[in-house]
Amino acid sequence: MITLNVNKKIYNVDVDPDTPLLWVIRDTLGLVGTKYGCGVAQCGACVVHMNGEAVFSCVTKVSTAAGQKVVTIEGLSEKNDHPLQKAWLELDVPQCGYCQAGQIMSAAILLKENKAPTDEDIDAAMSGNLCRCGTYLRIRKAIHLAAEIQRKGGKSQ
Amino acid sequence: MISFTWLSAFRPGDKTIDNGLTEQWIEINGYIKITPENIIKILNPNPEFGQNVMTSLPMIIAEELDADWQKVVVEMGPHDSVKLGPQFAGGSNSVRMYWKPLREAGAAARQMLMEAAAQAWTVPIEEVTTKDGKLYHEKTGKSGTYGSFASKAASIPVPKGVKLKDVKNFNVVRNSKKNVEGLKIVSGKPLFGLDYKHEGMLIAMIEHPPGFGMKLKSFDASETLKMPGIKDVFVQKLYEEGFEQGGFDTRTFNDLLVVVGNTTWQVMTARKKLKLAWEPAGETKNTMSGRDGKREVIVPGELESTDAQLKKMQEYAKKPAQQLRKDGDPETAFKNAAQVIERTYNAPFLAHNCMEPMNFFAHVTDEKAMLVGPLQAPGWTKPTLSKLLNMPADKIEIQMTRMGGGFGLRAYGHYLFEAALISKKVKAPVKLVYTREDDMTYGIYRPMYTATYRAALDANKNLIAFHVKGGGIPEHAIHANRFPAGAVDNYLAEGWQIPSNITIGAFRAPGSNFNAAAEQSFLDELAEAMGKDPIDFRLELLQRAKENPIGKNNDYNVDRYAGVLKLVKEKSGWNKPENKKYSRGVAAYFCHNSYAAHVVDMIMKDGQPYVERVFSVIDCGIVINPDAAANMVEGAVVDGIGNAFYGGLTHKDGVVEQNNFNRYRMIRMYEAPKKIDVHFVQNDIDPTGLGEPPFPPVFAAVANALYKTVGKRVYAQPFMSQLTALRGF
Repeated sequence: MITLNVNKKIYNVDVDPDTPLLWVIRDTLGLVGTKYGCGVAQCGACVVHMNGEAVFSCVTKVSTAAGQKVVTIEGLSEKNDHPLQKAWLELDVPQCGYCQAGQIMSAAILLKENKAPTDEDIDAAMSGNLCRCGTYLRIRKAIHLAAEIQRKGGKSQ
Repeated sequence: MISFTWLSAFRPGDKTIDNGLTEQWIEINGYIKITPENIIKILNPNPEFGQNVMTSLPMIIAEELDADWQKVVVEMGPHDSVKLGPQFAGGSNSVRMYWKPLREAGAAARQMLMEAAAQAWTVPIEEVTTKDGKLYHEKTGKSGTYGSFASKAASIPVPKGVKLKDVKNFNVVRNSKKNVEGLKIVSGKPLFGLDYKHEGMLIAMIEHPPGFGMKLKSFDASETLKMPGIKDVFVQKLYEEGFEQGGFDTRTFNDLLVVVGNTTWQVMTARKKLKLAWEPAGETKNTMSGRDGKREVIVPGELESTDAQLKKMQEYAKKPAQQLRKDGDPETAFKNAAQVIERTYNAPFLAHNCMEPMNFFAHVTDEKAMLVGPLQAPGWTKPTLSKLLNMPADKIEIQMTRMGGGFGLRAYGHYLFEAALISKKVKAPVKLVYTREDDMTYGIYRPMYTATYRAALDANKNLIAFHVKGGGIPEHAIHANRFPAGAVDNYLAEGWQIPSNITIGAFRAPGSNFNAAAEQSFLDELAEAMGKDPIDFRLELLQRAKENPIGKNNDYNVDRYAGVLKLVKEKSGWNKPENKKYSRGVAAYFCHNSYAAHVVDMIMKDGQPYVERVFSVIDCGIVINPDAAANMVEGAVVDGIGNAFYGGLTHKDGVVEQNNFNRYRMIRMYEAPKKIDVHFVQNDIDPTGLGEPPFPPVFAAVANALYKTVGKRVYAQPFMSQLTALRGF
């Protein structure tokens, strides 16, 4: 039995300790906002937060996550009003939408550490997240907008 | 009854609602339901794969219905071709094919509501007006909501031939509206096929042959079956011998080795314990159904390699080919030419790489079948599924989920058929899941293409003849009636193809995605040889095609084609000195009924060519949702830059050499432009499609800018391979 803290909720799960956190989150806990895209830490669709760091949940063993604070897109904000979520809606970023949770989770760590990122900061921080529809320009713009919302006192994580 | 809390909690951002609140919906017609509280629900009929039809198609209905968009909620419709039309996402057709039917559906519903009010108020219908979901009778001062008349309206026969709005009076269409599923997307709600869950659902995966041209010889699943959660391992045939396949029933492999278990990870892990032996499949055959009865297609058995494929293409290119179009006397013109310019362009297979890998849920019992998942063409899939399951089509229910990309691949139903057959066999609800590796190596790819372009110039550097000879594995990309056909006195288009066992199919702008790359690069080189500006040269040719068109069936509109070029010239400040710091490349193309032109501004960044800025002009007629349409164009530009620079799938002895994103190079954020300036030509033409047209010309605009940047023309994709080591790809 492994004890997980996901989105401030405690779960006891009976799974193989080598199971990637991604599949425990999706299949066992039923939180499907975190996506499977590649399974080898190349696309970023599976990014979650672990103790305030962005991790690829597809290559993070569930045993590593035991007892750590894990946050998924479902737990990023209480009312879906994280500055990034607001900015994403304001700029209508998504096309197919599949990668966007991972994009937002990566961006959230950037914004936590850097209140006013430049394009270059954003490009570097987001280089692990693929978007097949090509919404990169809007993502970049939305991160700038979220930083602005955050600076003006919009709620952060 | 819809609870007060839900209504009061309803915000414009929540444009989709949960199921289970439907008791009070009064159906006006197949697309429109209204509650007594005047909430209007519009069903989106067409599959959503990022083209944003969940928003744009309901907007069309809301426009003619005269609904208040703020009070409209949107729901994905069921698969029901009778009620909801063709239901096909592809060919840039969603808006184009639904434009008129949805306007009519909205207008008819409005008329029914007006009739209901007129009857209740005992006034002539001509005196009833509507605005924002309300009905008015000015003379008596009476008014009421659509909701209050919905019940009565539903009993009125659907009127035919209702007058549609003048496009000048639109107030929903042509105004940017937010994606109705935006909130669900950014908050991680279950939307996609992979997110779908069902009581007692098992997970299935398919272990396919390691390479094209191979098949399963034998397997030992004893270790796999000992693994936790594993239920079954078996071989399932996709099609029985002689099964008549429809045009989109492409199969990559027929003998499916299936592993079924409880969870995704258990099945993924247990698959690795299979002991497998493969053997060459040899020559096989497909039985295809068609209008003229069934026909057999031989599939060669060769284990193909990219180097050999390239060599074979070079050999075939020298052989006589099928003539696709001929105007004038090109042979004589080339013989008499003062100068002949000849260039050959190559492009590799491409994988679609949808972010959501192929998957489908199926629950097949003796009585009925339910299927849920991401699919571009449910209406094409159902007849085949009915035959495969030996079950009447009306016993089969297909639910369409939002798709994590499609790009053409999900027009093919193979993964749905596989899921259904697996569910039938294990007698349980099953979700078939492709891993990324399965998805990339077990695909239906963009074909491998080549084309040789020749131009004949006279002593005064006039273009007197044009010749294109294109080939591909296993099909060529030539559209013989496209520009510059019609603009040159002597014109010849030819095509040839090499059969292959590598499965191919539609990929965003099929054929065009290569044609535009090659042809528009060639025209750039031609303009340079003639000492002409590349935009002016194209405009000259178009003027020629307008004044004195050569041949018949030129399938482009000269004015719309010239229009995008002229506007991109203006918007990009084509000849402005302040833009000289950029290496600029231009290209334009017509496909899927719309017109696109791009100017790409390139610089060197960290020793690499980088597209920093792009100007895009599109003529797709009336634009339903301008900001979302701009998003799609931006995406097409990024997709084009990415595939032009990096995209490519290669084979070694039948085996796909790229099986995940660490080997298949995809464009990333730092490689995306800083700015894409999108402009739509303003006109009142009925919408002509947008998903594909902006994509093909990007490749050539990049190639033409690259020439200015690095001083070298690139003739083979992906371009990056041409800048480092010289090889085929």
